Order: sequence, then structure tokens, then C-alpha cells
Amino acid sequence: MAVEGTWEIITGNHAAAIAAKLARVKVVPAYPITPQTTIVEYIASFIESGHMDAEYIRVESEHSAMAAAIGASAAGVRAFTATASQGLLLMSEVLHWAAGSRLPIGMAVVNRAVGPPWNIHVDHQDAMSQRDTGWLQVYISSNQEVLDTILMMYKVAEHPDVLLPFMVCLDGFVLSHTYMPVNVPRQEDVDEFLPEYSPPHWKLDPENPITFGNLALPDEYQEMRWSMDLSMRRALDLIEDVAEEFFQKFGRYHGGATWKYKVEDADYIIVTAGTMASEAEVAVDELREEGMKVGLLKVRAFRPFPHRDMAEVLQDRKGAIIIDRSIAFSSGGPIGIEVRSSLYNRSGSPPIVNYVTGLGGRDVTYEDIVKMTKDGIGRITSDRLGRPYYWYKLKPEYEKIELSEEVRL
Amino acid sequence: MTLTIHDLRKESGSYLPGSAACPGCGATLAFRIASRVLGPNTIYVVPASCFSVIQSPFPKSAISAPLYNIAFPAAAATASGVYRAYKMIGRNVNVVVWAGDGGTVDIGIQALSGAAERGEDIIYVCYDNEAYMNTGIQRSGATPLMAWTKTTPTGKREMPKDMPMIVAAHRVPYVATASVGYPFDLANKFEKAKRIKGFRYIHIFSTCPPGWNSPVSKTAEVAKLAVDTYFWPLYEIENGKLRITVKPRKRPLKEFLELQDRFRGLSDEEIEELEKIVMEKWNFLLHLEKSERVF
Repeated sequence: MAVEGTWEIITGNHAAAIAAKLARVKVVPAYPITPQTTIVEYIASFIESGHMDAEYIRVESEHSAMAAAIGASAAGVRAFTATASQGLLLMSEVLHWAAGSRLPIGMAVVNRAVGPPWNIHVDHQDAMSQRDTGWLQVYISSNQEVLDTILMMYKVAEHPDVLLPFMVCLDGFVLSHTYMPVNVPRQEDVDEFLPEYSPPHWKLDPENPITFGNLALPDEYQEMRWSMDLSMRRALDLIEDVAEEFFQKFGRYHGGATWKYKVEDADYIIVTAGTMASEAEVAVDELREEGMKVGLLKVRAFRPFPHRDMAEVLQDRKGAIIIDRSIAFSSGGPIGIEVRSSLYNRSGSPPIVNYVTGLGGRDVTYEDIVKMTKDGIGRITSDRLGRPYYWYKLKPEYEKIELSEEVRL
Repeated sequence: MTLTIHDLRKESGSYLPGSAACPGCGATLAFRIASRVLGPNTIYVVPASCFSVIQSPFPKSAISAPLYNIAFPAAAATASGVYRAYKMIGRNVNVVVWAGDGGTVDIGIQALSGAAERGEDIIYVCYDNEAYMNTGIQRSGATPLMAWTKTTPTGKREMPKDMPMIVAAHRVPYVATASVGYPFDLANKFEKAKRIKGFRYIHIFSTCPPGWNSPVSKTAEVAKLAVDTYFWPLYEIENGKLRITVKPRKRPLKEFLELQDRFRGLSDEEIEELEKIVMEKWNFLLHLEKSERVF
């Protein structure tokens, strides 16, 4: 029997802040950026009103926010911060440093387009551009999932087999500023699920002095990187195990590394992430009403990438429609690229149509997903798969240039 | 209390034999003295610098205290995180940034300024060899006027940043300059800093024989002459009050300059111009010493 929490109507940012409080993080370095700001405002008010026992560091940049989180985690306590867009990009150097130091820092990334031009609205370019920093990355579709996933990911990240930092990515404004009902678990139940962090590997402590991060020469370095990759791969099963444990305790399941919706009998599978995935659920129902057997495979973990899930679910289908909210210029959508890598060299690999859309907050509704899916199915059934990816929802005059011969890859 | 050689000899410090430092390295001299005063209950945070190499490569280390290496611009922020974590844990530990001049006055100045403004309870140490020495002698914001480096092959045309005064302008409780040529002055500044709460800053003039092409046997002499010629005055600013801690009889700047190749070929007029700048600074400090509060 799952334990009861209390229902609240809150934003995604509020849910992230509550998760940090419930996780009993000890140090929160914070620098504001739209649309992340209310997360760090909520945490400041929790601490100053005595509802949260933590040190709050009002740093002067995101680079310093991550650097301070690194210092705190290296000293052996649980650390949390949040950022978006340019802030995440400024952190990039120290994101690598946090992962290389094997520090299980938690971070909410409120996905926002990168400049120029200035744009505060959602796309995944910020987080996707940091995909190879060694951070676990989970993309989220609801405010409840924000809260629950931050708690679950601390447990995954701090596991002795993993010891890597994580970012929980929530779509700017679509989740960060939208009110939804969220069941907030009781502190004592969270404490049972997520005990106090105690570093199993190393920490900065005068009673057991170590030097960390000094020069490693070519005969040492590569194995250190390999061990990060190994830990990342080991995290895949742990994400599933922890999701199961969370379900047993709290009665909620959002999926492991992926979330499957009506895939069993599906001819075609939509693959996408973030709030586009909740729109895609509606699209699946619409398409099924029209008689098309379509299912959804939602990417929750982008790092580690669930290659096995992809292969198992997509093999022997008639096709996959992959929808990305960021662009690897001239190469495609990052999810599209990864899924191809899951399927290559396997028998029964389905045809793939990859769409790039929704950049800088361009709305992607279930109707758009229905359209993309129909367009994709049309391309697959008529063997019009000439390009590795397609742009969707360009203005007509740009669409015309895009579809002309001279821009063909 | 004033530390003497007898006090320092009793402490072992955190610097072990077998480091990867160059012969005659001033930074190691500074660390040896500072770590003896700070003691073993100290955590060091080191940004990219000569000291990243000096500590020697993995899996060895020449530093016996806990030491964390961090990216170039980030040392003061990382130290802030370490300090806050220990505050939550409820244990008193000296948290010390050990940074070069590039990591302090240039790429690290933002994080340093932020930590100073927040009043983080850390000691920030800049060992200043007046150029990017770890990358092979390129000019920094701390390189003196007219000094040769590989990126100022005809001499630097700009004045260095007055970093101790920049930090003092944050109204932190303790700022001091020091020189490896005056080890007891240096030791006593660490002794004082250790006993003060809040953000403390110590900027150490640190001879670099390979970078300056000075004789490896004259590291202390060069650093002493820097003070005695008023090129690098030793002072401290405690709660806003400035005090010159060493007032030597003035020696001609030329004696300091001619021990190093980086100032070779300066004309008499150029040396005279540098003398003028040095005396202006000295007289300014004498003037500041009379004020109740500098900042």
C-alpha cells in the first residue's frame, strides 16, 4: 500500500524547489535566470523561513554556482542548483568537472532556447548541447514527474555504481510556470526512501587527506573516462530499479529510462521527450481513433541513452517517427541521431523519419504531432526517405527553400 | 604573538619532498611556510596554475593536506562551497584557495570578487609570479610595466592591476601583501589571517627563476630586493586600517631589475620612470597609513 502525501496545485518550478527541500540538500548555490528564477526564490524563502536547513550561496554567476556545488559535494554533502539556457552553457566547463570528480550533484534545468537572438521560451538546445559532459539527463513531462524524478535521481546518482551528477530537464514555461496538481510526499517517507548522503568514494577531509584531480598522464587518463562511461551504462538498470522502488513506496510510476504508451500492437512508434511526449500521448489516441496503430516511446533518460529499450521496442515495426526539440546543425535531431545508433547493425530496423521542430517556444500541440506522424507514415509507405531529418512548422516561405533541391543533404 | 623560526621549525607543514616544481620555485617556498602556519586542519583548492603541476602527477602527491584541483576561473567559488558544507557539517576547517596570478587577477577575478563580497570564511592566497608561467611565460594582468614575456616581447606597455587594493575595496577584514624574501613577515600574516573570521586575502610576491631568468640560487634575494627597492611593498589592511609591515631603507630599483632578464635592456630613462612609479606608490602607502580607514 503506497503512502499518502498532500495534494497541492503548484508550478513545475515550485515542485523542483520542494523536491530539493524534501531531499534535504545541504548547500544550494544559486544564480537566477528566466525561466528558472522561481526555483531559487522558493528555496531562498524555504531556508530563510526555517523550513529548510541548508546553506544558500548567492553566487555571482552560473559558473560559480556549479563550482560552489562541486566544492560542497566534494566536502561530502548533498548539493542542488538550477539553471537554464545561457546559464547552463556558462557552466559547461564545470559540468565536466563535476562529472569527472564523480560528484552526485543534482540540478534542475528549465529548458530554454539559447541566444542570439534572446529568447526565453522552451527548446532543448541548452541541455542537448551539454549531453557529453558526463551528467545523467532526464527529460520530464509533468510537474509531478519533476518532483518525483529529482528524488529518484539523487538515489540513482549517489549509488556506488554510478556516482555521477544529474540534471532533471523540464520545459520552460510549459512546466516551469504552469500550475498542475502535485502530490507532495511526507518528509518522513522521503527520508526513508532517500537516506542522508555519505560519499562512498572520496571527500575533502583533513582527517583523511587526499589530492584530487592532479595531472593524470596518458597511461592513466583513459581508464578514468572509461569508468565514467561504465557507470553511466550501469545507471540504466538502476533508473528502472529505483523507479520500481519509488512506485512500491509512493504508488507513482513515470517510467524508467523510457515510458511506453500503447506500443504492444503498434505499427508505428513516435519517439520524443519532454512535454512533447504528453502531447504525443493525445496524438496516439487521435491516430488510433482514425484506425492507425501508433504507439509512443518517451525518452526519459537521454543520458544514459536507453539503446536496448529503443532496439527492443522499435525492432520489426513499420516505422519510427522521432521528434526533436533541438538541432544538431546539418546532422539532425539529437534523439534521431541516437536512435539510429541503437538500431544500426540490428535486423528488423524500421525506417526512421526524424523531425526537428518547436524551437524557441514554437508551440507543438498534439495536432502537430498527428500531422508529423501522418507525414512520416506517408514518407515511409511511399519510400520518400531521402533526408536524414526534416524541419517541421517552418513558415511557408522558409519551408519552400527547405524543400528545394539545393539544400538537400 | 609573533612567530619565529623556532615556532616554524616545530611544524611539519603540508609540503612533501619530491614535488615537480622547478628549481628555485618561489611558490613552493611560500606554500611550505604558509602550510606550516595553517596546520593540517586545512583544505586547499587550487585552480589551473603552476601548482597543478608542482603537486606532482597522479597517483602521487607532494601535498599532505586535502587538496582539490578545479578549473581555472572557479577557485573562490569552489572554496565557498567547501566552506559552506563544513559549516553545515559543523566542523571548523581552514579553507584556502592557493592560486597563481592568472587565476586571481584575470580569469578568476569574478569568482574572487563574488566570494569577497559575500564574506565567505576562506583565505584566498595569490602566489604571484607576475605572468602565466605554467603555460610558458605569457603576460598577465599582474605582469609589471616594461617586463618581457613571450606575449610582450618588447616589454609590457600597461600597468599591472593593484589586486590587493581591489580586494580591500570589497571591505574584507584582512588583506596583506607578502614576499618569499621576507618569510617571517609572510608567516605572521598567515598566523594573523588564521585567527580572523571572514574573507582574507594574501598576495605573495613569488620569484620565478625560469620565467624571469633569475639565478635559481637567488630566489629569496630577488624577492627581498623587490621589497627593499619598494617595487613590492609589504603591508596589511586589517578592518580597513593599513599598516606597512616592513619599512626597509630604500635601495636603487636597478639592483632588483638587473637580477632578472625580463627587465634587460631597459634604458636609464625607463628605469627612472619605473623608479618614479615605485616611489609614488610608496608615498601613497605612507599617506594611506595615516588614514583611519583606507576603505
